[in-house]
Amino acid sequence: MVSSVANGPDILYIDKHLIHEVTSPQAFNVLEEKNIPLFRPKQIVATADHNVPTENQHLPIQDALSRKQVAQLTENCDRHGVTLYGLGHPYQGIVHVIGPELGFTQPGMTMVCGDSHTSTHGAFGTIAFGIGTSQVAQVFASQCLLVEKPKSMRVSISGDLHPDVQPKDVILYIISKLGTDAGTGHFVEFAGTVFEQMSMEGRMTVCNMSIEMGARGGMIAPDQTTFDYVTGREFAPTGEALEQKIAHWKTLPTDEGASFDTEFTFDASDIRPMITYGTNPGMGIKIGESIPEQNDASFIKSLNYMGLKAGSNMLNLPISHVFIGSCTNSRIEDFRAAATYVKGKHKSPDVSALIVPGSQQVAKQIVAEGLDRIFEQAGFVLRQPGCSACLAMNDDKIPAGAYCVSTSNRNFEGRQGQGARTLLASPITAAAAAVAGKIVDVSQQ
Amino acid sequence: MKKFDILESSMVPLTVENVDTDQIIPARFLKATDRKGFGENLFRDWRYSTDGQPKEDFVLNNPDFSGSILVAGNNFGCGSSREHAAWALADYGFQVVVSSFFADIFRGNALNNGILPIQVTPSVLQELFATIEKNPAAQAKIDLEAQELRVPEVDIVVPFALDAYKKMCMLNGYDDIDYLLSQKEAIEAFEQNRL
Repeated sequence: MVSSVANGPDILYIDKHLIHEVTSPQAFNVLEEKNIPLFRPKQIVATADHNVPTENQHLPIQDALSRKQVAQLTENCDRHGVTLYGLGHPYQGIVHVIGPELGFTQPGMTMVCGDSHTSTHGAFGTIAFGIGTSQVAQVFASQCLLVEKPKSMRVSISGDLHPDVQPKDVILYIISKLGTDAGTGHFVEFAGTVFEQMSMEGRMTVCNMSIEMGARGGMIAPDQTTFDYVTGREFAPTGEALEQKIAHWKTLPTDEGASFDTEFTFDASDIRPMITYGTNPGMGIKIGESIPEQNDASFIKSLNYMGLKAGSNMLNLPISHVFIGSCTNSRIEDFRAAATYVKGKHKSPDVSALIVPGSQQVAKQIVAEGLDRIFEQAGFVLRQPGCSACLAMNDDKIPAGAYCVSTSNRNFEGRQGQGARTLLASPITAAAAAVAGKIVDVSQQ
Repeated sequence: MKKFDILESSMVPLTVENVDTDQIIPARFLKATDRKGFGENLFRDWRYSTDGQPKEDFVLNNPDFSGSILVAGNNFGCGSSREHAAWALADYGFQVVVSSFFADIFRGNALNNGILPIQVTPSVLQELFATIEKNPAAQAKIDLEAQELRVPEVDIVVPFALDAYKKMCMLNGYDDIDYLLSQKEAIEAFEQNRL
């Protein structure tokens, strides 16, 4: 923190700034309009992810507007000296996948991006949050932001998870219990043995969806798992510098006995594979549970959109699309889990199943581990990295009325294409739905 | 940014809760590289059918309702951080959004674009919806200096919160970026100390 404004917000210094093609052009325009330089270009990394195609990335982008936006990013980065991992670069990928993967994300940093899922980086004990484009311009101009101190929340879960429960199920469970606005105004720490035992990929999935409960940021205390993940990555410190950093990172976890504005505790053994039935991520149930009955207009509007009935059960609901990808679930561990399930099986003939890696490095790893052949033999289509069908800015859209079991983060109306019906779930549940052609409970198989 | 002091207007009711920014402006309209023209596609998929025809049941297509104050259900602006949502509301002509709860990022984006987010209690929100339903022409008066929302014909007078710094910015039309630029020396000193 640099200083505080009297009767107002604090000036927070931003260590790292991630940018992408959709929320940065208007911020670069502000620099031009005000005729001011980009203050700290070396603290920025750029990539193209939101509207890039996931096929034929070596060819010019077909869609004229997308092509222009991506070209604008390249031009802006060139002009202002910002490192860009654009299409064709071996480091290109979804901004929240490449940040951690390249070691750009480190514990204790402050980090922002014009994207609400910046909360992902909190998995490293990083203060990371999504911002609007005006704020992107502020960070460009000053490497600082004006922020109000958030409230603190802790969600603790201890005990043993059921073997078929994935980190995605854990966060969908939490949001289904607390609702989509419980975290508003807060940063949330996820604590307890469940998160301590989780891989970094799993922790990123959990923190990624903190915003879906309204929280600006999520956090998990850095530990040996964190240090091991960061060590050896492209932009991670090395040698003595790394040792000094790790010594500092070890001081970051919450003090014992610290108090939080809000606390929740859940029991790990109560969590089962989850699925959403409505049009916000809080509308989730354990697969096999009945859709709740509620009388309010927004709830009824939501179920009408989804074509589902209150009180009914979603088991065996026929589905036609499966999407495994997005900044929530497109890391190597997610594809390993899905591949382990589909190995030796084949997708249902009625389902189109899309696998979209989060980055070029993940894509490379998929091939190195032979997962590509497993998916191919099972009839899944493996694409090139990008945000893809999570928000349907490119051609990867789900048709109106179709059900898509998706590992992404939002089931809002039209999110995956106009009229598309999104059912959020874990990679294993999505893979199982592709094979069965309907919703199944992997914990009952 | 435009200055904001007093606004008198009729209100547009949007009773839906948890309105996410994907509904305010769908992702397929985020490919622009400037800030203009988003109002055309404000609430696009609620407002128009796929063939581009206005949907009669959506409030923005109901000639009874107009004005520059949007009164919306709980948890308005959740989801994506896209500032395009604030640009779309402003471009359409909304200067104030009233709700019982706002998502954080939207709230900040609104303030950075001269849109005043006014948080009221759930009961005041219901009272406002009832008032507008009874008389779509009911006038609300918003006084930023006094931090007060009034609807004289039904005697609603409620205060609203806003931090002193943001209030000063709204009243004077100041941007955060200008303030931050004025702090360059302090920021550079901070950088020196932490290296």
